[in-house]
Amino acid sequence: MLGYATRRLLALIPTLLAASLLVFLFVHLIPGDPAAVLLGDTATPEEVEALTREMGLNAPLYLQYLYWLGNVLQGDLGTSIFFGTPVLSVIADGAETSILLAVMTMVWIVILGVPIGVVSATRHGTWVDQVASGGAMLFASVPTFWLGLYLILIFSVSLGWLPSSGYPSISDEGGLANLRYLLLPSFTLAAPNAALIIRLVRASMLDVQREDHVRTARAKGLAPWKVATKHVFRNALIAVAAAFGFTFAALVSEAVVTETVFSLPGIGRLVVQSILRRDYPVIQGVILIIVVLYMVINLLVDLAYAWLDPRVSLK
Amino acid sequence: MTPNATIQLFATGRRIFRGRWLATLGLAWLVLVVLAAVFAPLIVPFDPLEIDPVARLTEPGAAHFFGTDHFGRDTFSRSIYGARMAIVIGLGSVLVALLVGGLTGMISAYFTRLGAFLMRVVDVLMAFPALLLALVLMTLLERSVMNTVLVIGIVYATTTARILFGMTLKLKNEVFIDAAVCSGAGHASILFRHILPNLISPLLVQASFIFAFAQLQAAALDFLGLGLPPEVPSWGNMLSESRIYVTRAPWLLLFPGALIILSVFSMNLVGDALRDSIDPRFKNDIKGV
Repeated sequence: MLGYATRRLLALIPTLLAASLLVFLFVHLIPGDPAAVLLGDTATPEEVEALTREMGLNAPLYLQYLYWLGNVLQGDLGTSIFFGTPVLSVIADGAETSILLAVMTMVWIVILGVPIGVVSATRHGTWVDQVASGGAMLFASVPTFWLGLYLILIFSVSLGWLPSSGYPSISDEGGLANLRYLLLPSFTLAAPNAALIIRLVRASMLDVQREDHVRTARAKGLAPWKVATKHVFRNALIAVAAAFGFTFAALVSEAVVTETVFSLPGIGRLVVQSILRRDYPVIQGVILIIVVLYMVINLLVDLAYAWLDPRVSLK
Repeated sequence: MTPNATIQLFATGRRIFRGRWLATLGLAWLVLVVLAAVFAPLIVPFDPLEIDPVARLTEPGAAHFFGTDHFGRDTFSRSIYGARMAIVIGLGSVLVALLVGGLTGMISAYFTRLGAFLMRVVDVLMAFPALLLALVLMTLLERSVMNTVLVIGIVYATTTARILFGMTLKLKNEVFIDAAVCSGAGHASILFRHILPNLISPLLVQASFIFAFAQLQAAALDFLGLGLPPEVPSWGNMLSESRIYVTRAPWLLLFPGALIILSVFSMNLVGDALRDSIDPRFKNDIKGV
C-alpha cells in the first residue's frame, strides 16, 4: 500500500509539471505581446516595457517558465489587471462561496443519489426502478442553467420563498441563515450529478448482486435487507467512491454556469468574468489551482480505492 | 444501398430497439429533428432573422406557435433552424473527437513508444475539467460555429483516445492480428483493415454519447457568451437571450429548453440501447426503458 502510494505520488509530478507548462503557455498563445496582454488595453508603452523587463520576457521561453514556476511555488500568481490586487487574494475572495456551494451540493447528491440508487437496484425491473432510472437519465439531460432559471422562476419569482441571486458571507449579518441563498444553486448543481450517482449506485449494486459471496449469503438464510446492506451495498460503494474524482470535475464545470445564473460571488463566476474582462493573470491562476486540486483529489480517490479494495495496488 | 443491406439494417435496428419503447420513441424524435433541420426553409412560417418590432414578446398563439422574442422574431422558426445548429454541433464534435481521439488512441496502442508520449499528453489534457478546457480554448479563438465544434470535439477527443487505446491494446494481442502480420500486412493495413472494423460498435456508442454531451456543452458555452456568435439561431443562444425577459416571456425559456432536453434525452436512450446490444452484461437491465 505504501509502495503504491509513493509510486502514484511520484507519477503525479511530471503530469503536474506538464499541466503547469500548458497553463503558462496559455498567455503566450494569445495573439500579441504577452506583457501588453497581461497589462490590458490601458497600459502605456513604458509600462509594457517595464513589465517585459521585470518578467524577463526577452529571456528564452524555458527560463521564463522556470521563473514563473518559481513565483507560483512561492504563492505569487501575479497581479489581476482588473482589480490591481494579487491574483491569490482575488481567488481567496471567491473561495467561501464556492466551497460552501460544493459542500451543500455534495449533501444533496448523497441524500438524493445514494438512496434512490439503492432502491432502484433492490427493486430491479419493477416500475419503481423504471421511474427512477428513466428520471435519472432525464435529469442528466437537462442543461444546468435552464434548471437554475426555472427554479428561480418558481421559488423566487412566483412563490417568493428563496432569494434568486447573490450570496452574503456567513460572517456578515444573518449568519448561517445566509446559507438559504445557496439552496437553489446547490440543488441546481446537484441535479445532473445526483442523476449520475443514481445510475452508478444502481449499476454497481446490480454487478455485486451477481457475485458468488452474495449467493452464499442468501443461501445461508441471511435476511434480504442484511444481504443488501452488508454484502451488496458496502461493496458497491467502492465503485461509487471511485467516481468522486469524476464528480468533482463535473461540479467545477457546472459551477461555472450555476454561479453565473445565480450571480454568486464564487470562483466559477470569477473565471467567466475574467475571460470576458480579458484578465489573463486571474484566468491563469484559477485554472492552475483547479487543475492541481483536481489531480490531488484524483490521487486521494485512487488511494482510497486501493485501501478499500486491496486487489488494486497489487496490479 | 442494396436491398439486402437495407433489410439487414432494419433487422439490426429491430434487434437493438426491440422491447425498448422509450428508446424507440427517442429514435423517432431524433429522426424528426433531422427532418426539421434538413427541410427547415420549407417548414418555417417566418424568416428566423426577421425583426418585427410590433410583434415583440407576443405570447404563443395561432400566428406564432412558440411566441416571439424581444426583437419580434418568431421563436418557432428560430427553433427549427436551431435544429440545424444542433445537428451541425453534434455531428461536427463527434467527427473531430473520433478522428483526433480515435486516431491518437489507436496509434498510441499500436506504436507503444510513441503511444507512451501521446497518452501522457492525453492525461495532462484530462486534468482540465471539460467545460473549463473548452472555456480556455474559446478565449484563444474567435466565436464561430467552426471553432465551437473544434473546441468541443477536442475536449471529448481525450476520453475517446483513452477508450480506444485500451481496446486496441486488447485487440493487438489477438491471434488474427498475428496471422495478418505473418501474411505480410503493413502497419496501415493492420490498423485500418483488421483492427478498426472491430472497433466500429464501441465507436458508435461513444459517438452517440458525445453527440448528447456536445449539445449540453454548446448550450452552456452559448449561455456564458463564449459559444456560437450571438446572431446564430441556436437553442443555446435563444435561451441565453431569453434570460432577461424570463418573467415577462416564460415561453422563451420553455421551448428551446424542452427541445434541448428532449434531444439529449433521446440520444442518451439510443446510446444506452446501442451499448446494451453490444455488451451482453447490460442486456435486459432496464426492461421497457
